Amino acid sequence: MKIAVCVSLVPDSTTKVKIGNSGKSIDENGVTFILNPYDEYAVEAAVQLKEKQGAETYAISFGTDKSKEAIKKAYQMGIEKGILIKSSSEDYDNYTVAKNLSDVLAELKPDLIFFGKQSIDFDGLAIPAMVATMLNMPFVNVVTKLDINVTEISAEREIEGGKEVISTSMPAIIGTQKGINEPRYPNLKSIMASKSKPIEEKAATYSGNKIEIISMALPPAKGKGKILEGGVASAAELVRLLRDEAKII
Amino acid sequence: MAKILAYIESKENKFKNSAFETVSEAKRLSQALGCDFASLVISNQSEDELKVLGNYGAGEIFHINLDEMNSLKGGNIKYSYSAIAKAVSEFAKQNGFTVILFSGTAFGKAVSPAVSILTDSALVPDITKINVDGGNISVIKPVYAGKAFAEIKVNTPNLVLSLRPNVFKAEKTDSDNATIKKIDITSLNLSADDFTTIVTDVVLSQGKLDVAEADKIVSGGRGMKGPENFYLIEELAAVLGAATGASRAVVDAGWRPHSEQVGQTGKTVSPGLYIACGISGAIQHLAGMSSSKCIVAINKDKDAPIFQVADYGIIGDVFEILPVLTEEFKKVL
Repeated sequence: MKIAVCVSLVPDSTTKVKIGNSGKSIDENGVTFILNPYDEYAVEAAVQLKEKQGAETYAISFGTDKSKEAIKKAYQMGIEKGILIKSSSEDYDNYTVAKNLSDVLAELKPDLIFFGKQSIDFDGLAIPAMVATMLNMPFVNVVTKLDINVTEISAEREIEGGKEVISTSMPAIIGTQKGINEPRYPNLKSIMASKSKPIEEKAATYSGNKIEIISMALPPAKGKGKILEGGVASAAELVRLLRDEAKII
Repeated sequence: MAKILAYIESKENKFKNSAFETVSEAKRLSQALGCDFASLVISNQSEDELKVLGNYGAGEIFHINLDEMNSLKGGNIKYSYSAIAKAVSEFAKQNGFTVILFSGTAFGKAVSPAVSILTDSALVPDITKINVDGGNISVIKPVYAGKAFAEIKVNTPNLVLSLRPNVFKAEKTDSDNATIKKIDITSLNLSADDFTTIVTDVVLSQGKLDVAEADKIVSGGRGMKGPENFYLIEELAAVLGAATGASRAVVDAGWRPHSEQVGQTGKTVSPGLYIACGISGAIQHLAGMSSSKCIVAINKDKDAPIFQVADYGIIGDVFEILPVLTEEFKKVL
């Protein structure tokens, strides 16, 4: 079996976001970049399948050189091969990412392709579906449970207030949600080994963005709130404020 | 000339508020662009049930009967995302729709990207505002879990958007223009082969309001000290008709289910009222709820970061305050 995991490098979730000089992106000074947290579940799912039934595993990323860090983290968790589709700039949209990934995946022909459900920078939840549609493959995103029986797939997908049970079959694309597994912590040996493991580089095949960020802004600053200091005695006053001032109840 | 199609979702043959928000926004957009708009529903609803959309500005409402659609495949099938994406795309292409709106629900976020590729459109998911300047559309999208907002311009005439629920206004109108047009399923080039993913079952937590859909949320954090104390959160939520939420710490500790987690690696919510109890306000939690319209914080630590974003708050002991607060709300509701 051949399994691919698409990974991306994103700012750490503790990042205090500041807008950079271009006014269109964040200031990257002092930002720690990590493997997209949801991709960890995707990598773990791939590695578990490899351990259970044997598989050739690939981590694939589209981005600039620094995206190699995402692939290295995937190596640390047990992925064997890596491909960086090299972008010449950070100025790419969801369509460009999806198209580049699809072109490589179309050649590679994996039986299963895992993504994290969304990357925590753009928060689109769209790339797995876009890639799947470009490749004419079935996809299920936000998967919390995955059962595979030869080529038949049964997945549970999280929706508002509950879940859907979905049937599909390989080859397929799965977007992983927190709860599907517990991503392993790499051991020292795999961390050391990942440092020197080669990553194949491919040139980007597509660069025509359909959308463009023309500016980025911080949320409007909030005025100071009314913080009551009377403890229990303030409860009635709080309710009064919510009813009469905020008119929220 | 743009032509707008609003895909209006129904769940169990009922429209959620997000559906009305999408119709209203489609109507507003059609007025701003000076163009037509239509709605598309795939469900087993009757004409009378569909006409409700007219109260929110819908004119032409195209309807595909879900049972008829599913019979193309047969077997145990509630609905198929792949078939729906194909049907919507075919309908849009055949009728020259250039701008397709979806609600940014779980369903909308799954179908809209597929539709964008099938219709060769740009996609901006999870938007919070649409601006029209001349004939050009730009949108606002929260990024980095809402820590920033991106203004996005679209470079193609074909566009698919999904609208974040509970942000756009559902506007009731007096007009009576709704007309239902049934779509002949055979006109959409759909076959059994298009049903590559099939939903065979939908399991909902009975009676529990999901944080992603609630207009009021009462959330608890580590300051609640243990799972046995969350009944205080649940009681307040019950009085308010609110959903119960949780910080990552208490979900990771196993006190509350992951479905309640609000925050960067949980759900991003923008309710009308968010009451944070015993939650200090870590950046990742704030990222999940800071766009709530009214934030109330109850915490005994006056320096807790949550008070920086709170509109109202009480400094004090949650165990003393919550029961009294619940009683006070009962008096006025």
